[in-house]
Amino acid sequence: MAKGRIVIDVERCKGCELCRDACPQDVLMLSDKFNNKGYRPVFLLEHDNECTGCALCAIACPDACITVYRQVPQRRLHPAQTAV
Amino acid sequence: MAKELLKGNVAIAEAAIRAGCEAYFGYPITPQTEILEHLAKRMPELGRVFLQAESEVAAVNMVYGAACAGARVMTSSSSPGISLMQEGISYIASSEVPAVFVDVMRGGPGLGNIQPTQSDYNQVTKTAGHGDFHPIVLAPATIQEAIDLMALSFDLAEKYRTLVFMALDGAIGQMMEPAELPPMQEVRRERPSWALTGKQGRDHKNIVTSLYLGAEPLTKFNAKLQAKLAEIEANEIRYDELLTDDAQLLITAYGTAARVAQTAVKRLRQENIPVGLFRPITLWPFPTERLGQLAGRVPAFLSVEMNAGQMIHDVREAVGRTVTVDFLGQPGGVIPLPEEIEDKVRQMWLKLEAVA
Amino acid sequence: MTALAFQRSEKKILKPIEKLVYERPHSLDENHTHYCPGCTHGIAHRLIAEVLDELGLQEKAILVAPVGCAVLAYNYFDVDGAEAAHGRAPAMATGLKRVNPDSVVFTYQGDGDLASIGIAEVIHTAVRGENITVIFINNAIYGMTGGQMAPTTIPGQVTTSSPNGRDTAQTGYPMQIAELLSGLPGTAYSVRRSLHDTRHIIQAKKAIRTAFEAQLQELGFSIVELLSSCPTNWGMTPIKALDWARDNMIPQYPLGDYKVVDELKKKRRNR
Repeated sequence: MAKGRIVIDVERCKGCELCRDACPQDVLMLSDKFNNKGYRPVFLLEHDNECTGCALCAIACPDACITVYRQVPQRRLHPAQTAV
Repeated sequence: MAKELLKGNVAIAEAAIRAGCEAYFGYPITPQTEILEHLAKRMPELGRVFLQAESEVAAVNMVYGAACAGARVMTSSSSPGISLMQEGISYIASSEVPAVFVDVMRGGPGLGNIQPTQSDYNQVTKTAGHGDFHPIVLAPATIQEAIDLMALSFDLAEKYRTLVFMALDGAIGQMMEPAELPPMQEVRRERPSWALTGKQGRDHKNIVTSLYLGAEPLTKFNAKLQAKLAEIEANEIRYDELLTDDAQLLITAYGTAARVAQTAVKRLRQENIPVGLFRPITLWPFPTERLGQLAGRVPAFLSVEMNAGQMIHDVREAVGRTVTVDFLGQPGGVIPLPEEIEDKVRQMWLKLEAVA
Repeated sequence: MTALAFQRSEKKILKPIEKLVYERPHSLDENHTHYCPGCTHGIAHRLIAEVLDELGLQEKAILVAPVGCAVLAYNYFDVDGAEAAHGRAPAMATGLKRVNPDSVVFTYQGDGDLASIGIAEVIHTAVRGENITVIFINNAIYGMTGGQMAPTTIPGQVTTSSPNGRDTAQTGYPMQIAELLSGLPGTAYSVRRSLHDTRHIIQAKKAIRTAFEAQLQELGFSIVELLSSCPTNWGMTPIKALDWARDNMIPQYPLGDYKVVDELKKKRRNR
């Protein structure tokens, strides 16, 4: 089970690869398919399960098309946070 | 309120305050600087905004910003300053935000001089900036009229979300005469629905822009703008007539030139010359239709202007080619004398009588 | 089994839960930007929107967009916005702020807009200590018109209007805006940051936040200069362009705090 997960808005992505460059786990790839704008959007190599949810890809993304989730042990959470 | 002796520029500034002007941005230039000076003192006293900008370029863009916020805002300048403001004027016209400009005209072209002229008639009525638009242009002939038109300027600007110019020559700005100021209007603090205020809970953002990428959106916007201008032309034409009912010869003049012409008309009437005065108050929209009607029975017109002949083209267009349109005036800052106008009218009258 | 051991074992079987750690900021509009792939304008937009979200300013903010690549910036933020004439954004922002003192007014300007045609407006806005925030994008080139020389073009840099490289004997030297504006008493905050990697992006965001805080505290004029890339007009891939920014722009435009008034320094220590 990976520690993190990202969701990419593929139609917003322009395939600039700045997220790939920023990713310390090297788990981002450009798709072979084109989106409606004609760009090859990025995708997460999920089978490697190596995404840590560090969010550096989102920090580097000029198109704000990455949403990041991270697994956190429940015991560390304050009850108010479990709603997330 | 009683009449008091007021200087034109000061009267205009105070009239703007009493019309509820919330903000003024400007830059000193003769012969309008007293407007700025009066507002520099009065606006802060009343808790309103006064700011002397670093240039006319900055001033007009400050006006643009405040107009986007829906504030009752104005600036004032004189010919070379208006030239500098033209960029912002065009943006304001395209953005459809209300703003009031006072142009106290001086001699041109270039740095010219600081004498009174009407040499920017074309600039304000026709080329106020790039693109297809006209500001509403009001031309007072007396200080009282300048005071009255100041409040109207703001009302028209807000009614049509457009630019309103009050165009006067330096003489009206600099002279003193008795006039009555209106009571004080407080600043209206609520903002129109389109204004930039921050969303403040609105379910949509407000945008003010003059950018319409592509031919279709810009064509559409221009059609809307032209429709608005047509509406203004239909509703807002203003003019004054003196002894036009039986006139065989009509002088067309505005501002100071019209005052001199008025004296000439009165004197010529004593000589039984049937002359009258037609005085446009709105230079745009121009009273084309009314002048056309008058041309149906008046065979000769004389355009008296303090320039090389600018309004005369609008007069010619209005009256057609079958009537005579003559010109009297000169650029450079010289106010015509009543005697000059009288001589010219007598010559024209002799010609008319000879033809008859 | 002791009570403590029981608690531990029970904790172990609790499944980890998923937490949202990054989402698109609400102060951005849903519109897709027209910027080229890898253009750092998008990063700057995002950082501003994140800061507006975090400081709760979306409902109070008014953007003044420039002429340049960011001419349509008002389409990309979900805040009130105006489009200024080229270089005049600070004057327009002045008008907006003076009649709406409770709103948060910011301009977003490129190097042609701010450092060339609009230099008088930005200097005088700073001189007046106008309570507005300027986000200044320095990418050393005119983007929208297709890659001409900017006042910030680096000596020797090839552009379409300096085809043999910027010759300082003919065209002068780059303008150091953050330094220039730091010398004015009305300036509360003038700093330079870079967007060339994630570490610097995080620092840039902190600076943007401080700049808006300066406005909220009515300390005067605040500006953040952001070294940015222009992959298209520099003729590079987005990643190469970031390397070029790091290697060529930072030596010319050193990163740093050129002016931070004491009130902001105190705040920073308290944080």
